[in-house]
Amino acid sequence: MLLHDTGLIYGRYLRQSLRSRFALLFGVLMPLLYLLFFGPLLTGLPLGGQGTSWQVLVPGLLLQLGLFGASFAGFSLIVENSQGVVERMRVTPVSRLALLLGRVLRDATVFAFQAVLLVLAALVMGLRAPLPGVLIGFAFVALLTVSLASLSYALAMKVRTPQEFGPTINALTMPSMLLSGLMLPMSLGPAWLDVLSRLMPFRHLVDAMRDAYVGSYATAHMLYGVLVGLALTALAVTVGTRVFRTAGA
Amino acid sequence: MAIISAAGLARTFVTKGGPVEAVRGIDLTVREGEILGFLGPNGAGKTTTLRMLTTLLAPTGGAATVAGHDLASDAAGVRRACGYVAQSGGVDPQISVREELVTQGRLYRLSRARAAERAEELARDLDLAGLLDRRCGALSGGQRRRLDIAMALTHRPRVLFLDEPTTGLDPGSRADLWDLVRRLRDEHGTTVFLTTHYLDEADALSDRLVVVDGGTVAAEGTPAALKREYGGSPDAPLQDTFLAITGRGAAPADTTPVAV
Repeated sequence: MLLHDTGLIYGRYLRQSLRSRFALLFGVLMPLLYLLFFGPLLTGLPLGGQGTSWQVLVPGLLLQLGLFGASFAGFSLIVENSQGVVERMRVTPVSRLALLLGRVLRDATVFAFQAVLLVLAALVMGLRAPLPGVLIGFAFVALLTVSLASLSYALAMKVRTPQEFGPTINALTMPSMLLSGLMLPMSLGPAWLDVLSRLMPFRHLVDAMRDAYVGSYATAHMLYGVLVGLALTALAVTVGTRVFRTAGA
Repeated sequence: MAIISAAGLARTFVTKGGPVEAVRGIDLTVREGEILGFLGPNGAGKTTTLRMLTTLLAPTGGAATVAGHDLASDAAGVRRACGYVAQSGGVDPQISVREELVTQGRLYRLSRARAAERAEELARDLDLAGLLDRRCGALSGGQRRRLDIAMALTHRPRVLFLDEPTTGLDPGSRADLWDLVRRLRDEHGTTVFLTTHYLDEADALSDRLVVVDGGTVAAEGTPAALKREYGGSPDAPLQDTFLAITGRGAAPADTTPVAV
């Protein structure tokens, strides 16, 4: 039943995404601009890691794509709440977990499409990275998308208005992006900033992805990245399902 | 036989300004095949009660059964037995009528083929047949309401909850909707539990009325009995009866001072 319902909800929202192709491409615009106009600034700079500046930047941009895209996923739910669509579905016997998972998997699919576009553009710009590393990178951002989208939907069920939702998400995503070292490795900074950034879960994801992009798969970064990614996903999906089950207060 | 029975059903919301008792303790029974009009002033707790009876909102007190299923222990059974149309409806304006009806059938676990058939049947029954491939957002108010009700009838529920079903409809669409509600009861024996602010609607459509005020049941009975008891005579306007029950404005005739 969970599979049946998740497939049904996934199909409904994937069709919704396909109807707005403009939004689909627009989502990839910001990281693409960074790639084009920020990426070339880094090519001659000492970034402290192995590999080229593209192997440092592209993992960060992929996570940025997931961070911003998935965090705002809840907006569509606020619209649907005001249309009564969510309540209409919650009156049917449909699995509550499926209402969340179907949407989140749609978001992961949209992300995967955008991520492939971004990596293709990066290849043109000069990125060279091992294929397994790139695929592992996609897996990490899929985890990030699933967890952030779950939390975003949970928040959207709680706050109900775009006026509350937008500023809250902005206030959370900007510091997350800066403190995770998505643009430049945090190891370049002073010790206090480096320590502070280790408290951000995304820092560990980006470190693991940067290792993957230079072909180092059995590292401490990778271990922490996997653990943090899985823990974050488990936590976020649990919170999201709980909110979908009891929402209405 | 009672198809809905509630005892002490209550819901308190926790807000920043302290607890708000939206529903303080509703006791009611609805007989199978009855059309029940659920009336009350704004903020009386009508929608909150409906949302509890349809499993959308967990009660903070009391208990209820719907079609023999306990609200607390068998929410899935309640969901299979009831249909619900919210005030706002519940369709995506970007999606076609057919897609919404088929998806709704699939949410009720019909097979793909059966869901497509059911969409056609519902469209025929509710006079939506020519509109199946139109976007929901392109329907008129009356057509939208018929679609909302079609969605709620997908699984042939024994109980249909309608929250202010005729708000915003023109007189012709309202009359059509009244006919539809009567037809559902007469042909399928569906129990209909509806809230409304239109007293003529409650009077014309309901077998029995339950008036809530301040989160509890203030009065219940047939329209005629309520008029006799609170309005002073069986011919009293329901408007006066309603105001007398909820203590807002006109009092019963015998206590009104006679102006000379």
